[in-house]
Amino acid sequence: MTAALTLVEPAPDDGDFLDRKVCIWSDALVALAVFALDPPTFGGITIRAHAGPVRDALLKAFRELAGEDVPVRKMPSHIADERLLGGLDMAATLKNGRPVAKMGLLSEADGGVVIVPMAERIEPLTASRLCAVLDRGEVALERDGITATLQASIGVIALDEGIGEERLPGSLADRLAFYADINGLSIREVDASPLTRTDLERARGVLAQAPVDETLFETMTALAAAFGVASMRAALFAVRTARAVAALDGRDTVEPADVELAARLVIAPRATQLPTQEAEPDALPEPQEPTDKEAQHDESPEEDDSGGDAEDASPPDGPLDDHVLEAVEAAIPDQLLEQLKLQAALARCAPQSSGGKGAQQQAQMRGRPIGSRRGRLDGRHKLHLTDTLRAAAPWQPIRKRQSTRTSKIVVTGDDIRVRRFKQTQESVTIFVVDASGSAALHRLAEVKGAVELLLAESYARRDCVALIVFRGREAELVLPPTRSLVRAKRCLAGVPGGGGTPLAAGLDAALDVALECRRSGRTPRLVVMSDAEANVGYDPTARRAEALEDALGAAKRIAAERVSALMIDTSPQRKGRRDRGGVPKALQIAEAMGGIHLALPHPSASGLKALVEDHGAHQMAS
Amino acid sequence: MSEARKQIPKKSGRVAFPFSAIVGQEAMKEALLISAVDPTIGGVLVFGDRGTGKSTAVRALAQLLPKMKVIKGSAYNLDPDREDDPDLKTQQVPVPVVDLPLGATEDRVVGALDIEKALTEGERAFQPGLLAQANRGFLYIDEINLLEDHLVDLLLDVAASGENVVEREGLSIRHPARFVLIGSGNPEEGELRPQLLDRFGLSVDVSTPEDIKQRIEVVRRRDAYDRDPHGFADKWKRKDGAVRRHIVGARELLESVEVPDEVLENSARLCMALGTDGLRGELTLMRAARAWAALRDQPVVTDEALKMVAPMVLSHRLRRNPLDDSRASIRVQRVVEEVFTNPDAGTISSIAAQ
Repeated sequence: MTAALTLVEPAPDDGDFLDRKVCIWSDALVALAVFALDPPTFGGITIRAHAGPVRDALLKAFRELAGEDVPVRKMPSHIADERLLGGLDMAATLKNGRPVAKMGLLSEADGGVVIVPMAERIEPLTASRLCAVLDRGEVALERDGITATLQASIGVIALDEGIGEERLPGSLADRLAFYADINGLSIREVDASPLTRTDLERARGVLAQAPVDETLFETMTALAAAFGVASMRAALFAVRTARAVAALDGRDTVEPADVELAARLVIAPRATQLPTQEAEPDALPEPQEPTDKEAQHDESPEEDDSGGDAEDASPPDGPLDDHVLEAVEAAIPDQLLEQLKLQAALARCAPQSSGGKGAQQQAQMRGRPIGSRRGRLDGRHKLHLTDTLRAAAPWQPIRKRQSTRTSKIVVTGDDIRVRRFKQTQESVTIFVVDASGSAALHRLAEVKGAVELLLAESYARRDCVALIVFRGREAELVLPPTRSLVRAKRCLAGVPGGGGTPLAAGLDAALDVALECRRSGRTPRLVVMSDAEANVGYDPTARRAEALEDALGAAKRIAAERVSALMIDTSPQRKGRRDRGGVPKALQIAEAMGGIHLALPHPSASGLKALVEDHGAHQMAS
Repeated sequence: MSEARKQIPKKSGRVAFPFSAIVGQEAMKEALLISAVDPTIGGVLVFGDRGTGKSTAVRALAQLLPKMKVIKGSAYNLDPDREDDPDLKTQQVPVPVVDLPLGATEDRVVGALDIEKALTEGERAFQPGLLAQANRGFLYIDEINLLEDHLVDLLLDVAASGENVVEREGLSIRHPARFVLIGSGNPEEGELRPQLLDRFGLSVDVSTPEDIKQRIEVVRRRDAYDRDPHGFADKWKRKDGAVRRHIVGARELLESVEVPDEVLENSARLCMALGTDGLRGELTLMRAARAWAALRDQPVVTDEALKMVAPMVLSHRLRRNPLDDSRASIRVQRVVEEVFTNPDAGTISSIAAQ
């Protein structure tokens, strides 16, 4: 995907590369030590790595730093609420004849750390429970007739094994101070932590006495703003980290080197822009609109907010040291900015749950089980037998007293628990391909190759693929949603090229297919491949400008229906092809669709496939 | 072990971040205060970016509210003034701000048979749920967009009727459950069902302050609070007290705040021009404008009040316009400008002309 993205720094030569690796590892160790100082204060650390000896070495280092007496609990990624939060201890309740509460994993870990393996696949609901506990330091339990507030002052180690765009839910990542990507390190390149428990003990003592350095707030907030970090948590984490690294060094005052290190650890992984960055011509639209802010700050106009662009957020005569800025810049993980842009755009065009009713009804009977709820056996639900028996269990003594029947277990309608399912919706990737003269013919061949590759994959993923081709005067649904490889190949082979570019017709056809898919309970996503040189509009006699207007209108309708869309811009990049104050046409279309724009002047079949898969993987995760 | 379990605290011992110490976020604070002054407005939805202090503000409001009079020992916080019994014993209690935590089970939300009494005494007693606790107070749901569907259904029903009906385990109970629903969430993690959205009187978008000085202040105060919550809360006690007196004063004034005919007319034109359905929007607009005026000690509602509350009252009631993808609050503002500058905007003839 690097082909599409223009911000990547040139790859460092070999010597720098080795330095960088050493730096990554030592930074990870420092982050870990700071986290171990006081886990709840720092929230946690995301360790992005495949399972393996390097990750194990890091976890071992943490254990040694934290000490034996700190509780560490591993949280399975599909943990049920009952085990996570706590609930009624059924065995003890029956034995004692009165309700007995059972602690959940989160409160068991009070004063310690919860390890979340495969955190990139954590359920949004589980993530939100973790977030609530990180925020409050306690579990609010309202379950099974029990009301309790359980202490749960915890930190989280999230093990992110994600590939490509897969990563932690944003809400959780935001609450964890540190991020260490140690993929690519080999076990031979890593060594033990130079810090020991004694160092940590001493640092805690220093921290307790350290004076508050007021300028630190300004520096860190300004740094966060300069790198486009919106969340206020980042600056706060950075302030605390700077203090902590100073304390680990035995000092109670923060020095510039501490600021630099803290910013590298906390702010760099969150960066969404570079401080001096010019507005990128193909950047995605700014997520916030200035007019809205004026409304919010109507009553406090103390500051002359000149425009409110993200760039203006850097302080006027900032306390920012160029040195620090460079250090942070250098520490931004490769391609992070691009990935973030991609992610932000994908989040915005992620499919909405407003899909067909049919899909929801099916979900009562099929899909992955996610526990049970109270319900009736009306033929539309499945009985959850064990939960039903569990619900009936506490009442047995009184029911037997009142019942005249002699049955061993008395189950009433109120006990019935039915299974709940979550259905992962089948997705349909709709390729909308420009086969006009302006899109060179060889590109069509590449697209055909990508569709074939993707189709082969879809057997495993139960995904469908559809193909719409537009050329000449109209768009044609060449391949209705299908999983049949043979049929797809046959259709693709017959697609001719050349002629005008009726982009509006292509988008309209795509929206029709997308809505049809949605009605049948599937999640559509569009992949539009074109240079957006629309020259045929609804009115066949129309000129180029009107054709583009028509296409923009069609794109806006796609946005209104919230169909996820990816625009692959096949125009030769940076060479003109601009309109309206220099905005590339394909970008205009992408923005109008509320989708994401990727410039890909020289698509290759496997590259395209990787792109589309990343796009899909993210949606599955979100 | 079982002894330790007995001592599980029911309430959190933590002191919340003080309301008056929240930097910026004026729209959110205003909406919460308006709902505290006039609970009939119907709740506040706070949607926005991560780390902007959404739940901090709601929890801060909890410690700010003046106490209320209830029948002594009432599980439903019943109002003694509504009963015709002068001998009732009463007590002053804090206005409940009940947290509905994610992962709460249905039986704790609506209430169920008291399992302890059933097991130890073999008695069928009702153990009131969170809806009972929240009666006459606030029910707060963080991450409301992640709330499970069957709980949403339940809430919709109760919020509409003001009454909780329990039919389970052989119990048949109905009790009043009127509360101000406060929801917060991050739209990136999922949207709200339209029916639920409709239950909220006010909605506000929050985002990270643009102003760097505000941001620094946010970080500084948060750090001070986290280092010493009690000390920090003490420092802001007087300011919080002032806000509380403000709420009390506004509540007393509220009934007598006048709404001139031309303001009523303008509010009708506003709703017409925006094409919001039904009278709900208009009614809420009026009430919110009155509460806004009362909070400022103004005896008469002015156009200014209307302008100020219009975005939070109307933005979530707009129909989605396929060809206008700007944010709803901006669309409302645009129409507000138009209605107040052009005397014809929003009238029948102008709508017919469109």
